[in-house]
Parts: sequence; structure tokens; C-alpha cells
Amino acid sequence: MSAISAAMAPMIEVSDLRYDSAGRRIFAGLNLAIRRGSITAIMGPSGTGKTTLLRLITGQIRPKSGQLKVDGAEVASLDRRELFRLRRRMGMLFQNSALLTDYSVFDNVAFPVREHTALDERLIRTLVLMKLQAVGLRGAADLMPAQLSGGMSRRVALARAMVLDPDLLLYDEPFSGLDPISMGMVLRLIKVNNDVLGVTSVVVTHDVEEISRIADYCYVVSGGQVIGAGTPAELGQSDSAMVRQFMSGAPDGPVPFHYPAAAYETQLLGGQRS
Amino acid sequence: MNTASFLSRRLIEGVGKLGAVGWFAIGMLAALPYVLRRPALVVQQIHNAGVLSLVIIMTSGFFVGMVIGLQGYDAFSRLRQEDLLGAGAALTLLKELGPVVTALLFAGRAGTALTAEIGLMRATDQLSAMEVMAIDPMGRIAVPRWLGGAISVPLLTAVFNSVGILGAYFVGVRLMGVDNGAFWSQMQEFVEPADVWEGVIKSAVFGLVASLIAVFEGYTAEPTAEGVGLATTRTVVLTSVLVLILDYMITALLL
Repeated sequence: MSAISAAMAPMIEVSDLRYDSAGRRIFAGLNLAIRRGSITAIMGPSGTGKTTLLRLITGQIRPKSGQLKVDGAEVASLDRRELFRLRRRMGMLFQNSALLTDYSVFDNVAFPVREHTALDERLIRTLVLMKLQAVGLRGAADLMPAQLSGGMSRRVALARAMVLDPDLLLYDEPFSGLDPISMGMVLRLIKVNNDVLGVTSVVVTHDVEEISRIADYCYVVSGGQVIGAGTPAELGQSDSAMVRQFMSGAPDGPVPFHYPAAAYETQLLGGQRS
Repeated sequence: MNTASFLSRRLIEGVGKLGAVGWFAIGMLAALPYVLRRPALVVQQIHNAGVLSLVIIMTSGFFVGMVIGLQGYDAFSRLRQEDLLGAGAALTLLKELGPVVTALLFAGRAGTALTAEIGLMRATDQLSAMEVMAIDPMGRIAVPRWLGGAISVPLLTAVFNSVGILGAYFVGVRLMGVDNGAFWSQMQEFVEPADVWEGVIKSAVFGLVASLIAVFEGYTAEPTAEGVGLATTRTVVLTSVLVLILDYMITALLL
């Protein structure tokens, strides 16, 4: 592949991906492509396997069948050493931040640098403080994770995810449980990371309104497949009733309000209708 | 379900678990080179599992020693052999009580802490975060804790034995009036290096096993509050039973 076509090729390509977990079908022929340098949102109702998709992208689990390529490499076929090499070019923000609770904010951010480089401690200090400054928490460097609010933890985790300047940043529900101010901060950071550093960003979320403000492209996943794709504006006008229901947040529609059950009267009255 | 099928199912589960623990240990051995380059990680765990257990080990050791002093004095005095109390206490502690009680106390104090710590790291995605950062949690988290625990148990046993003998001395000599010279000289007379080695071998095996189970249970715990709680319980139960079974087997082999 020439250098130009390699640069044009999608960062992540998923084709006909199938994955089952505990006997339940999670993905049944998933297809999507994530363009380099873009912010791509993966949306869908809770429980559709959005986090599972991130775990597949990072190679923590393997698909049953189908292809999943990151930067041209088939993730499932990599051996552990190659997989670790690939992961060093990724950063991931976990839903619950996943900070190491024994380490201070500073040491959490420094952790991947100390593990993967032989940099001088003074240089590490400069690097970590720069990243903490970028997320607005340079002043919190000495705090422990237990002393941080949810929004602050999320930002520290973001500083840690980007400390080695990855090519790909994965965000798992970055807005969940945040107050509007923290949410605005995280939103801005995702956008700035993308614009300034040229990182490819994949944001798994169901906060439609927030992500619509910054996403270049969105996929809506439901029932193990992509049911809608396009820019946020295009999705709002989608022909699919299910996509429209999701984008507008209507409580009932193709995705029913009620979990499947026996007839209400039958269950309440023990089979006798009055 | 009839008893036979219940028993056979439990047996198969037990064998399956043994296999899982075995694989886990092999996985840790494979991650050993990572830790050998970072010995400070192991030293930190020796502090956590060993140094922080010292108070409970010394307190228990002293009281166990005092009980041996009382019971030993009672038994030996019926035979008019009170002078043998030193030898009896030392042999009991070195060969049996020291390694076994230390391992049981270790499971209760350090083992549960290890399981809960690693289980919570699993439940809060800290282990997954390391995986994604291309850092092997086996090397970074599991192996240092295993080695730290395995090294701590024999050292704690030595402390337990020493304090225990002092406890027996305190009761036997100071309170019950056994002759001081006889207490120590009979100990020198009857305790052989082989007796000491028996205790060392036992405590080394117990350390490896107790620490392995604690780390395994934490690492494979269900990532929920209930899962971590159950794993912690399993650590204590499994370690206690295995230590007692292994104790019999090693004793039978060495005698």
C-alpha cells in the first residue's frame, strides 16, 4: 500500500463482525469504518454492546468471526507482543475512569510513561504537568483519586490516556454521570484533542445531544447491527423510525417501552378477565 | 439430584479449579522476567504482606507459646519431666504450630487483603486499563503480590516461632518455675537441624500456596461487590483446608 493510500485508509475497519457473550448474540454482522483524524460517535441504546466494541478494538476480547482492523492490522490475529505494540498507540478513557487508586494524580498520569520509556524523571515531570495543564488539573497533581470528583477523575484519566500521544483515542461513555459543567469540559477536551493533535477519536455514548455538537460522523447500533449512519444532521432526518426514536429520545416507538411479558390482564388477574 | 452425581460434579469442579489455578501459576511464571527487572515491586509487597502482619503474628505467637507453656508444663509434670518443656515447646512450634498457624493467620490478614485489593482493581477496570496501556497486569499486579506473600510467610513463621518460644519460656520458667538452664539446654539437646528444616519446608510451601490462592481468587473474582466478597471468603476457606491437608502430606513424607 502506498503512503498516500495508507493515509486515506480508515483507521478502524469492521466488516461482518460477529460476537456472542454468554450465549447472547451481541454483534450479528456489524460493519463500520472510522476515518483517520475524525470524531466518530458510536451510539445506541444501553446494552447494545458499545463497550464490547471498544474491547474488541483494543483486543481484550476476540470476535467469533468477521474482520476488525486497526490501522490495517487484523487485531484478532496479532500475538501478544504485536498487540501490546498496537495498544501503545491507543489511549482509552474508561467509563469509571479506572485510575489506579494507590497512586496520586501525578503518578497515574506518569504511570504509562514510566512503564514504556526510559525518560529522565525531570522530563517525565514536565510531560505530566503539561498534560495535566491541558485538562486543567495541574493544581490537583498531588491529590489521590479518592479526593477527586467524577468530572475531575474523568479528566485525569484523559490526561493519562493521551500522555504518550496516541494516534487513536477511545472514549467509553465519557459524559455519563457528569454535571453540565464537567460535561462541557470533557466535550471541549475531546474536540481540542482531535483538532490540535490530529487524533482519531471514537466516542461510545448515548448522550445524543452532546455528541452531536462535535461528532463528524455517527453510527447507531442496535440489535447487533448498524441501523443508521451519517452526520448528526443526517441522522435526525433518517428514514428509519428506530434511528429517529433514538435521536429524539422518544420513550416508546420501534424500541418498545415494555420489556416483553405475558398479557398484563392475564398476569394480574390470574387468567380471568372481568 | 442424588448424592453420587452431586459428589461427582463437585469433584469435577474441584479438578477444574485445580487446573485453572495451575494455568494461572504458569501464566505468572511467564510474567516473571517483568518483575525481575523491577524488584522494588516485590519489596513493596513484602512490606504489605509481611511487615504489616508482624503485630498479629507476634501477638498470636506469644499467646500460642504461653498456652504451650501451660499445657506442656501440665503434661510433663505428670511424667515428672518438667525440664523437657523447652524441647517440647520448640519441637511443637518449629515442626507444626509455627508454619500452620502462621499460614492460617496470613490467609486471614494478608490473603484476604490481597484478594479484595486485586478483586476491586478488576471490578473498577484498573486491570483492564493496564491491559489497554500495554502493561501486563499479571506482571505488574499478580506476580509481585505472589512473590511478596510467598517470601513473607517463611519469615513470619520464623518470627512466630521465636516469639512463641519466648512465650513458653515466660510461662514455664518465670511463672511455673521450670529450671532456666534445663529449659534451654534440653531444647539444644533434642532439637535437630532436620526439625528446623521441616518447618522451613512447610512454611515455604504454605507461603507459595496461600499467596497463590489469594492472588488467583482476586484476579478471577466476579467484578461485583458480591463477587469480591465471595472470593475473599474462598481465599480463607480454601487456604485453610489446603494448608491442613498439605501439612499432613509433608509431615508424612518427611518423617
